[in-house]
Amino acid sequence: MIQGIPLEHFLIVSTIMFFLGVCGFIIRRNLITMLMAIELILNSVNINFVVFNRYLYPDQLQGQFFSLFIVGIAAAEASVAIALIINIYRKLQNIDVENVNELKF
Amino acid sequence: MTGYTYTVFIILIPLVMFLVTGLLGMKWRPIVSGLLGTIGMGTSWALSLMTAGSYFFGGAHHAEGFQSIIPFELTWLRFTETLIIKMGILLDPISVMMLVVITTISFMVHLYSLGYMHGEKGFQRFYAFLSLFTFSMLGLVIATNIFQMYIFWELVGVSSFLLIGFYYQKPSAVSASKKAFIVTRFADLGFLIGILILSFVTGTFDFAKLTEPGTAIFGSAASMSFMGISAMTWAMTLIFIGGAGKSAMFPLHIWLPDAMEGPTPVSALIHAATMVVAGVFLVARMFPVIHFQAPAAQEIIGYVGGFTSLFAAVIAITQYDIKRVLAFSTLSQLGYMMLALGVSGYGGEEGLGYMASMFHLFTHAMFKALLFLGAGSIIHAVHSNYMYDMGGLRKYLPITHITFLIACLTIAGVPFLSGFFSKDEILVAALHHNKILFAVEFIVAGLTAFYMFRLYFSVFWGKDRHYHHTPHESPLVMTIPLMFLAVASIFAGYIPFHHLVTSDKIGFATEMNYMVAVPSVLIGLFGIAMAWILYKKESDVPAKLAKSWGILYTATYNKFYWDEIYLFVTRKIIFNYISRPIAWFDRHIIDGFMVGIGLVTEKVSYQIKGMQSGQLQHYAFMFVAGTLALALSMIYFLM
Amino acid sequence: MFYMFSGIILICSLLTITTRKILRAAVYLLCVLLATAGLYFMLNYQFMAAVQLTLYAGGIVVLIIFSILLTHHISHRFKHPDITKLLMGIGAAAVGSGLVIATILSHSFQAGSTPELPVDMTVIGTQLLSTEKNGYVLPFELISILLLAAMIAAIVIAKKDKNKNSEI
Repeated sequence: MIQGIPLEHFLIVSTIMFFLGVCGFIIRRNLITMLMAIELILNSVNINFVVFNRYLYPDQLQGQFFSLFIVGIAAAEASVAIALIINIYRKLQNIDVENVNELKF
Repeated sequence: MTGYTYTVFIILIPLVMFLVTGLLGMKWRPIVSGLLGTIGMGTSWALSLMTAGSYFFGGAHHAEGFQSIIPFELTWLRFTETLIIKMGILLDPISVMMLVVITTISFMVHLYSLGYMHGEKGFQRFYAFLSLFTFSMLGLVIATNIFQMYIFWELVGVSSFLLIGFYYQKPSAVSASKKAFIVTRFADLGFLIGILILSFVTGTFDFAKLTEPGTAIFGSAASMSFMGISAMTWAMTLIFIGGAGKSAMFPLHIWLPDAMEGPTPVSALIHAATMVVAGVFLVARMFPVIHFQAPAAQEIIGYVGGFTSLFAAVIAITQYDIKRVLAFSTLSQLGYMMLALGVSGYGGEEGLGYMASMFHLFTHAMFKALLFLGAGSIIHAVHSNYMYDMGGLRKYLPITHITFLIACLTIAGVPFLSGFFSKDEILVAALHHNKILFAVEFIVAGLTAFYMFRLYFSVFWGKDRHYHHTPHESPLVMTIPLMFLAVASIFAGYIPFHHLVTSDKIGFATEMNYMVAVPSVLIGLFGIAMAWILYKKESDVPAKLAKSWGILYTATYNKFYWDEIYLFVTRKIIFNYISRPIAWFDRHIIDGFMVGIGLVTEKVSYQIKGMQSGQLQHYAFMFVAGTLALALSMIYFLM
Repeated sequence: MFYMFSGIILICSLLTITTRKILRAAVYLLCVLLATAGLYFMLNYQFMAAVQLTLYAGGIVVLIIFSILLTHHISHRFKHPDITKLLMGIGAAAVGSGLVIATILSHSFQAGSTPELPVDMTVIGTQLLSTEKNGYVLPFELISILLLAAMIAAIVIAKKDKNKNSEI
């Protein structure tokens, strides 16, 4: 199924996805959208791990396991982030990141 | 030999008293702490007498002399295998003698102060400090090693500082206490360096090892020298400087007259009988080392002692403050003791000077304490320190008068009183070893008699002065110590010191040397006679005499301007040419540097704090940009 | 097949971060995640793909949609982002992806020649809980504890403050 597709193509896809995530994180105001951008970033890293595992070390499973753990951590992170977002919403009645600027000089 | 463990209580009781009265005293009525301190001191005194009794007369007297006993010792600090600092009690003739002297005088002073200090503010504090002082002084004399001695030496210095500055609201007392502390501290620096050299050379702190005759621990010392002078001479001279500071030897004597700002009982205890003899005691303690290893240092000790005694005696003639006269007299007598050590040999008859020094220390403690307490009694009655405010007091203060007279006769060396015996033996020792010093001491003996009786006559005879109220005799609690000390002054001379306290701990026989005794008595009587002529009746002869001496008199009255010289050196030279530049350097260069750092940081922070916008996305961008920049430079510039 | 999935991933990612309706963004994200799962299937890692589907697509996206519904009206439209931010983001992304892609292309990867390990559930399960070499029981436990802590923290953070409530 993967014959003929070089490794680099996977990597390019994941790279673009990663930087789309970074871009989204920087340009979007909405906290939830920023969270989604983070999910994109994590996902692209996952792809990298899996692909490397598949192409370079097909006899081992490290890449897969790392991806699994990343998924787990993403779940944890998402739950905490959403809890925070809900709390912020309760306080400020919106979830614009520009309003969350108490922590400065 | 182990039956002396109870001696530990001699020094622990004052310590406990200090802690108790110091911490809790303010909660009680003043008299409670006074009584408590006095009772504690009395117990200590009784224990000391018991120790002395069993040590000197309790069968420990062997043909080979008295043994040094260490009834108690604990290892206090163990730095390395060879550097071990111990705390303990060392009993040998001089420390037992000092125990008796200190506890006796201290007990008398405690008792006396119940009357003298009555109603003073800080009565409890006074007693706490007295206990502290007694504790440290006792710790000093029973020290088993030179390091322990140094610790207690400093404690003594601190308690002296506290007691001189007892009237801390009086500026003169404050400056006197500072002066005493700084001068002795300065001398202690020499002591400390001396200790370091000594322990470096010998590898031990223990007196027992150091003073053992013929010991081999100085083997390596002979080869060591610095600036052409052997290491041991350096060490001993430096240690002597420490002793000279405490004993107020010339030229470190300047603090003692000022120390009279303290309460009179304190002067009696610290600045006449006990602390100031610590220096003499130190030299005596180290005597075998000094004598055998550093004869040059011993010479110095002799000459410094002789000069101090003459110098102080001359000044004492011109002073009007009764306590200052006594202070200079103390200096003079301390000079005597130092001189005796300086001219002493070791062992048997040769050790006459050593014995005489300790003997004089003992008798001097008694009569000088008596003089000070008597002076306190006079001051108590007249409310003035100055001799020209006094006169004709013999009618009002009979007990003080009699005891003061006894003390004056004793110090003047009138036969059959204790001062006669001890002073006589010092003169004999000086005659044997150094004719110049003998001549000096001979003159000083006359001067001593003269100034003491000048004091006596102008205080107790002459015309009545105008008093605020009729002077009255002090209460019994003050006169009992006077009477006791008077008795002690008379009879202390009959203690067979040459059997008990000698340089090699073996007794020897002495006999009266009439060649010395008769002239010295005569010159003493001559001094008394001169004083009688000049001061018995009110006359203007002294004033005329003073005028005829002119400049010399003024110089003497001003203590030869030594204070001024010191002030000049410290204030003008050290302050202006050393301290000022250093202070300037500190303030402008070092501080400036630090301030500059602070200033720059602050300025920069103001400039860059705008970057902390609180905008999460800015941070994220910065983070990404930074990472990229790093990655770029890593990949394309560093590889 | 791969290019189809890649196309979906890239287009949907772009849409996720550019759409002005938040619910749509969530749906596009879901598409990205599903396409990623497709990639995993292609790579013959069925377990990974299943996890991706259930946890990511099933769990996290549902969570996100849930929170969107809590905090937004459906009809909410975003404002256009700031121009400076837009520039910043696009610049960073462009430079970064350019750098990384250049690096990838300049590097030749040595494909592994060892035979492929059969990836069935048994193998994964054993290795995940094994304490031997190549065993992952320690990170596994760490992750489980982290998840537990995260759950508790989420509850604590999001819980309504009772005192405050009563005041209101």
